[in-house]
Amino acid sequence: MVDVLVTNGPMLIAIAAAFGFLMAWGIGANDVANAMGTSVGSNAITIKQAIIIAMIFEFAGAYLAGGEVTSTIRKGIIDSAYFVDSPELLVYGMISALLAAGIWLIVASALGWPVSTTHSIIGAIVGFAAVGVGTEAVEWGKVGGIVGSWVVTPAISGFIAFMIFQSVQKLIFDTDNPLENAKRYVPFYMALAGFMMSLVTITKGLKHIGLHFSTAEAYGLAAVIALIVGFIGIFAIKRLKMNPGAGRQNQFDNVEKVFAILMVLTACCMAFAHGSNDVANAIGPLAAVVSVVHSGGEISSKAPLVWWILPLGAVGIVMGLAIFGKRVMQTIGKNITHLTPSRGFAAELAAASTVVIASGTGLPISTTQTLVGAVLGVGMARGIAAINIGVVRNIVVSWVVTLPAGAGLSIMFFFMIKGIFN
Amino acid sequence: MPVNSILGVFAKSPIKPLQEHIDKVHQCASILVPFFDATASGDWSGAAEIRQQINVTEREADSLKREIRLTLPGGLFMPVERTDLLELLTQQDKIANKAKDISGRILGRELLIPEAIQEPFKAYLQRCLDAVTQAKQAINELDDLLETGFRGREVDLVAKMIVELDKIEEDTDDLQISIRRQLFAIENDLNPIDVMFLYKIIEWVGDLADLAERVGSRLELMLARV
Repeated sequence: MVDVLVTNGPMLIAIAAAFGFLMAWGIGANDVANAMGTSVGSNAITIKQAIIIAMIFEFAGAYLAGGEVTSTIRKGIIDSAYFVDSPELLVYGMISALLAAGIWLIVASALGWPVSTTHSIIGAIVGFAAVGVGTEAVEWGKVGGIVGSWVVTPAISGFIAFMIFQSVQKLIFDTDNPLENAKRYVPFYMALAGFMMSLVTITKGLKHIGLHFSTAEAYGLAAVIALIVGFIGIFAIKRLKMNPGAGRQNQFDNVEKVFAILMVLTACCMAFAHGSNDVANAIGPLAAVVSVVHSGGEISSKAPLVWWILPLGAVGIVMGLAIFGKRVMQTIGKNITHLTPSRGFAAELAAASTVVIASGTGLPISTTQTLVGAVLGVGMARGIAAINIGVVRNIVVSWVVTLPAGAGLSIMFFFMIKGIFN
Repeated sequence: MPVNSILGVFAKSPIKPLQEHIDKVHQCASILVPFFDATASGDWSGAAEIRQQINVTEREADSLKREIRLTLPGGLFMPVERTDLLELLTQQDKIANKAKDISGRILGRELLIPEAIQEPFKAYLQRCLDAVTQAKQAINELDDLLETGFRGREVDLVAKMIVELDKIEEDTDDLQISIRRQLFAIENDLNPIDVMFLYKIIEWVGDLADLAERVGSRLELMLARV
């Protein structure tokens, strides 16, 4: 059976790469709205700026910090021991999973459901493994963990958002001189965001470009970057033009201007976190296919990522962003929500931090979920005028529906592909 | 292409429209000053035109009210209770209705405020409108309240404004008592039916302040629950 892999190897890799690229493209086109929407919605950045930030930082996140979660997608959800006798099944399965997830994303977008790219790929992988090989091939514990993350991730993110927002209230808004305090404390928030982002990059991402740091070095370097970011923040705030006038309302307007600067940074963080977390959904299965084919049917759990895979995913995401993202953002622009930078920043920083923390545990989490949780967290702190609970419910339902939908599609494609090659 | 975006979770904020509504209501009640000035100078056709303005403004307030009610479906998660917001809106709207009633009654009966009580009546009306202005200012703090998460200094500030509103309302009560006395002193020289309506008008003008105070207490309740 393994000779199938030898004769059709390049072909299979090409197909997987094409589907992987398609999936990455879909992620870029789709999720840009979620990752950048709050920044655009609070008028901190324009649509054009959002697209540019997203392109740079999604790429950076995907390329520099995307390696870690990839391994979970590749070998965490299914037990590869069951594929040792028939490695080609793993290859077919991963290809069908990519195709299924990609198609499900397109369908969901057409229907306007905010589905999670992470869940669609996981559903698809579980689907082909459970039916094509046997239910015992699936690491149900891991799947259970993912289902658990539906509750845990938004909860963590909501909690962080709540805390951040409360601290902003205490330090800045509920004081005698909000503007002075904003100028004083916002650089610290900026430094915190910079620290989070650089830490995850250094600890999770730089291995594959041959840079290794000890833990102490990593923290030290992240702290240095955080300092630099903080100083840039102070400088940027100094250059702000404030509305004169001593009225409290004017004060708050000026405070929001200061927060808008911070928002630019958290938008970068969000794009970075999203790129690092979600690129795995596209390239995880591809990496699995490539490693099986290259090793002539041997399934090793320690196969390193081939050099061209990460860039392929990163480029795919950016292409999706560039080609489709603009249209998506304009749709958002039309029904923009009134959201002030101080709220948006709390939600974004919390969501990005949660993604960063969770990707350290290797659990594939959904960026959408962290963001929804964060928004609810700010709402709980009484920071948002109105949250539509009905929409929140629909989003949660679409997460639940995505798993079986992805699974069903991938089972179908799995048998098709198996029929073609065998 | 529809977007699968989570931005749908942000519903339209009711706070700005609510502030627009009180502004409209305040504008409507304020037109009573030129209206009474026109009647005092005996310019009834001018008064009728001004009354038309009051009508138009009241209608605008009504349509704002309707719009807010429609954008506040159930299933919204807000920092304040939905019922409190709607109740506040109802109270605000009553002020505009009252202004319309006053002008309508005066014009319908071509009722002239007697020369002897012209001046105190003007002062009385102005003080009642001050109460409405104060209510408007308190409501206009809502966006700052949202900014501070309905907590701390901003809440204290609004509480102070509401105390001030209560004081203004007490003032209008005193003014009302004295103006009734003055009317009582001259009522024998006037047409009895007119006098009955004059008492009615004095009462209604006082209601403007009462209603404004009620807006304040609604706001207070809303904040107390938070």
